[in-house]
Amino acid sequence: MSPMKNTTQRVFGYRTILPGTQPNHLHPPYGSTLKRAPAKPQLVIPYTLSEVTGPSFPNETVATRANDLTSGHAGEPLGERIIVSGRVLDEDNRPISNTLIEIWQANAAGRYLHEVDQHKAPLDPNFTGCGQALTDAEGRYRFVTIRPGEYPWRNHYNAWRPAHIHFSLFGPAFATRLVTQMYFPGDPLLPFDPVFNSIADEHARNRLISAFDWDTTLPEFALGYRFDLILRGRDATPVEE
Amino acid sequence: MSLPATASQTVGPFYRIGLEWLNGDNLVGEDVSGERVTIQGRIFDGDGVPVPDAILEIWQANAYGKYAHPEDTQDKPLEPGFKGYGRVQVSDEGLFRFATIKPGPVPGPNGKEQAPHLLVSLFMRGLLRRLVTRIYFPDEPRNAADFVLNLVEPARRPTLIAKKASGRPGVLEWDIVLQGNDETVFLDLGL
Repeated sequence: MSPMKNTTQRVFGYRTILPGTQPNHLHPPYGSTLKRAPAKPQLVIPYTLSEVTGPSFPNETVATRANDLTSGHAGEPLGERIIVSGRVLDEDNRPISNTLIEIWQANAAGRYLHEVDQHKAPLDPNFTGCGQALTDAEGRYRFVTIRPGEYPWRNHYNAWRPAHIHFSLFGPAFATRLVTQMYFPGDPLLPFDPVFNSIADEHARNRLISAFDWDTTLPEFALGYRFDLILRGRDATPVEE
Repeated sequence: MSLPATASQTVGPFYRIGLEWLNGDNLVGEDVSGERVTIQGRIFDGDGVPVPDAILEIWQANAYGKYAHPEDTQDKPLEPGFKGYGRVQVSDEGLFRFATIKPGPVPGPNGKEQAPHLLVSLFMRGLLRRLVTRIYFPDEPRNAADFVLNLVEPARRPTLIAKKASGRPGVLEWDIVLQGNDETVFLDLGL
C-alpha cells in the first residue's frame, strides 16, 4: 500500500433538494411502495470523496446509432415517429457534457418487449424500445423514436399509465444519479397517475412533461418534443473538515 | 434562470429493456490489483419476501483507495483498467452476485480515513427514488473508527457490514432488508 500522503481533500457536496420537488419513498396511492419503501428514517451523512466522485463512460460505450430507436431492425417500427431532444444542465444552469443517458419505453401499442408485460397488445418485431446517448459539450442530446402507447397496469381498478419514456442519467458524481420518466403534453391520464402525482410540488411535477417543439420538428418526417433535465447543483462551500 | 433538480420516478418493472446492456457481474479485470471478493445477497421486502426485480449499482475506489474520477486528486496509483462501477441485476430467484476487489481506505471528514466500503444505489419497482447505502467489510479494524458506521446506532451497524460465507473463502454475504426490525440503514444525501 502506498504511504498515506495527501489524503486530505476539500470536498464540495451537492445541494439538498427543495421540499416537495422529489417524491417521498412511501406514496400509498402507488401500491408497490407499501412493502418496499423504507420505514425507518434514513441516516443523514456529510458528503465525502465517495459521493462526489462517480462513473463516467467513454465515447465508445455508445454505438453510433444507439440514439435512433427506429433503426437496427429489418423494417420501420409502427407508430408515430418523434424526435426527443433537450439539454442536461445543473441547478446553476451549467451544461453537463459527455454524460450517459439511457432511455427505454413501450411500443406504439403500449407493450414492452419484456416477459413480465402481459398486456394484450401486439409486440412490434421492428421495435426493441431502448436507446443510449452521450450529451455533447453544451449538454445536448437527441433521440429518434416512436411515441409510446398508454397501457393498463394493476395498481388499482382501471389503472392506466400515461404515455412515458424512462430516462436514466449519471451526471458527474454518485450524488447526481437520476432515473425519471418523461411525459407528453396534454395526456388526459396525467391527473390520474399515482407515479406522476407522487411529486407534491406542481411545478416540479409539470417539468416532467415534455414540450411540443417546432424547432426540432422535421418537415414530412417527425414531430419534435423537448425535454430538459436538471441534475443537482454544487454546494458553494466545502464540507466542514 | 435556474431550476431545482428534475424529480425522480421509479424504474418500473421493465427497466431491463433499457438498463441490461450495462450489466456486468465482474467489476474488475485481471490486471487490477487487490484482494478479490465475491459479494452476494438478496433483497427482502416488508413481508420478508425476496425481491425478484431490482437493480444495484456499485461505486468504489481501487485497492489503494483512489477513485477513477478527476476530483480524486490523491497521490495514489490508478490502473488504467480500473473503473470502479458495476451494474448488477437481481435474478428471478431474488439473488444478486458480483465480483470485485476490496477497496482501500479513502479520505473522510476531519482528515481521517474512512474504512473500506462500496457505495450502492438500489432501483426497483415501488421505489420512486433510488435508495443509497454502503457495504463495509468483515474483520476490518478500520471499521471501529469509520465516521459513517459511528453515526449508526450500534444495533443497526451490522446491516452495513458484509458477512463471511461459511466454508467459502473470498465470498461475502450481504442482504438488504427494506422494512422491519432488521431494516438496512439507508443513507440520506439530501437526494
